[in-house]
Amino acid sequence: MFKSIVMVKQVPDTANITGKVMKDDGTVNRSMLPAIFNHEDKEALELALQVKEQYGGTVSVITMGPPRASDMLKECYYMGADNAYLISDRKFAGSDTLATSYVLSEAIKHIGKFDFVFAGRQAIDGDTAQVGPQTAEKLNLSQVTYVEEIEKIENNVARIKRKIDGGQEIVDAELPLLLTVVKGAQDPRPFSAKKIMVYKNAKTLLDLEKIANENSLLYLDELIQEHKDKNLYIETLSTTDLSNIDETRIGLHGSPTKVHKVESVVLSGGDAVKIEPTKEGIGSLIDELLNDHILG
Amino acid sequence: MKSVTKEVWVFIEQHDGKAADVSLELLSKGRKLANRLNGVLKAVVLGHNVKAVAEVTFKYGADSAILVDNPTLEKYRPLPYSKTLNKLVNERQPRIMLFGASIIGRGLAPRVASNTVSGLTADCTDLQISNVTYLKKDYEDLLLQIRPAFGGNIIATIITPDNPVQMATVREGVMEMHEVDDPKPISIEKIKFKSDRVDDLVKIVEQYREESKVNLKGSQIIVAGGYGLGTKDNFKLVHDLAEAVGGEVAGSRAAVDAGFVDHDRQVGQTGVTVRPKLIFSIGISGAIQHRAGMQEANKIIAINPDPEAPIFEIAHYSIVGKAEEVIPNFIDLYKHKLK
Repeated sequence: MFKSIVMVKQVPDTANITGKVMKDDGTVNRSMLPAIFNHEDKEALELALQVKEQYGGTVSVITMGPPRASDMLKECYYMGADNAYLISDRKFAGSDTLATSYVLSEAIKHIGKFDFVFAGRQAIDGDTAQVGPQTAEKLNLSQVTYVEEIEKIENNVARIKRKIDGGQEIVDAELPLLLTVVKGAQDPRPFSAKKIMVYKNAKTLLDLEKIANENSLLYLDELIQEHKDKNLYIETLSTTDLSNIDETRIGLHGSPTKVHKVESVVLSGGDAVKIEPTKEGIGSLIDELLNDHILG
Repeated sequence: MKSVTKEVWVFIEQHDGKAADVSLELLSKGRKLANRLNGVLKAVVLGHNVKAVAEVTFKYGADSAILVDNPTLEKYRPLPYSKTLNKLVNERQPRIMLFGASIIGRGLAPRVASNTVSGLTADCTDLQISNVTYLKKDYEDLLLQIRPAFGGNIIATIITPDNPVQMATVREGVMEMHEVDDPKPISIEKIKFKSDRVDDLVKIVEQYREESKVNLKGSQIIVAGGYGLGTKDNFKLVHDLAEAVGGEVAGSRAAVDAGFVDHDRQVGQTGVTVRPKLIFSIGISGAIQHRAGMQEANKIIAINPDPEAPIFEIAHYSIVGKAEEVIPNFIDLYKHKLK
């Protein structure tokens, strides 16, 4: 029986980005962008679900993000997650990887004991691969990055196949442990239709607050309890709930790295020699390259 | 902020007693940064029986080396390495610390940054030193950590204004490796490794490694294909042309993601940076991340059916046309002319 926590992130679809989504302070206006489930995190969830199926236990997912990240948490339920946590607070805005890892490590401490923390190797919006190891360090936790496969778990030791520069290695790693899962390692399972029917009704605290505000006959406490009883409550944690959190270490202020300057790339351009895609055009290009000893 | 040092440190990654290229490239860059700071460049070498690695660093500009040599450190494992660096960085507070953005560097640098509360910027494509005014405050000699960001068309300059240690990772090939003209004999400071029980939480059972057979960095002619080629079948055109002109095959990230070509042939910010005599860019739109990895090529020939593709802005020769038509013609004509 293993308790797993999977760190997941909703990311802007970087294929659909324009310059307009950058704010003046150089941070990203995420509300302008279509949001998707970071694929490597989905693969990490798949691996966690496999561990649960083979050895028993639970899988909790955790994300730090804006309220709309609850869409992704529902998708985690659709795949088979048991619990979901939304770590959300305006004070987290502008956090760099270090501040993010601090918040996540505090939230994981709040959730309690675990055997595994899983995460995708990196998120497509920054490709930094930093939050996993930074979180491990803050939790005093051992780590294995670039994981492809867990071969077996015996006597509290996981035998893991991972990628290394120029090859592969197999390691024996004692639990508890943080793993980051590399792209292509796992094929995330499709959503279960049955689970969609149930968990599409899952609600965050913010959702329930809205419902309570709109209907004076409904009380927030009762709504929360009712959703908890049906396991349809997405636990929502803010700085108020994470009582140990040091607010000087979160958000833009708590981030050591700052965006000093953002420049749109202006291409000088126009200097290229235009070659017609004809035999004559290509032929003269080849002559030039041969004459200049660039080819041949 | 308390007073800061003028030390530039480079973590030297080594495999079987040989320093990784990326580490030597970073020493070359670190030398320039240290000169600009009027500071010193230190190589930090961890491993077992790796004194020779420490000694080689002076050829690339190191003033001195910190050597931690112990059997536990023979092969990289995250905890013994990170705890050793955490202690050194916390005690001595280098002003700048650079890591290769390899799988090792990407596992290690974040742990050290996390422990020492340092700023860390991944995959920088340029590093400079400059005075900076940020939020109306003046800062002297900050490290400008420059990288393309967020899907392209944006270059971000990241700074770490208020923390004593500024860290960055850089991919292999981004910085150029130079041997210094008048290397000074190096002083090596040996630091004792302290064992404890966390060292063996991860044990290596088996390791398989081979030097990549692909040598994009060293190739004079590169033929790179992109997602615009549409299918893996069509990507064969890239192979055909590469064979005809004696070049190496490469791809954009989108082509790698689509499975047209292997990751070790990816050119760009998160792949390899190349500076060949000639690069063919075929069906590549030319996002900033890709251009960052090839724009210093001596000659760029861009072939793309879309006349608006950004790749044409940096090309020396632009051919607006379909690869299926242009490439076979090119190969035929080239073979004919060589005869």
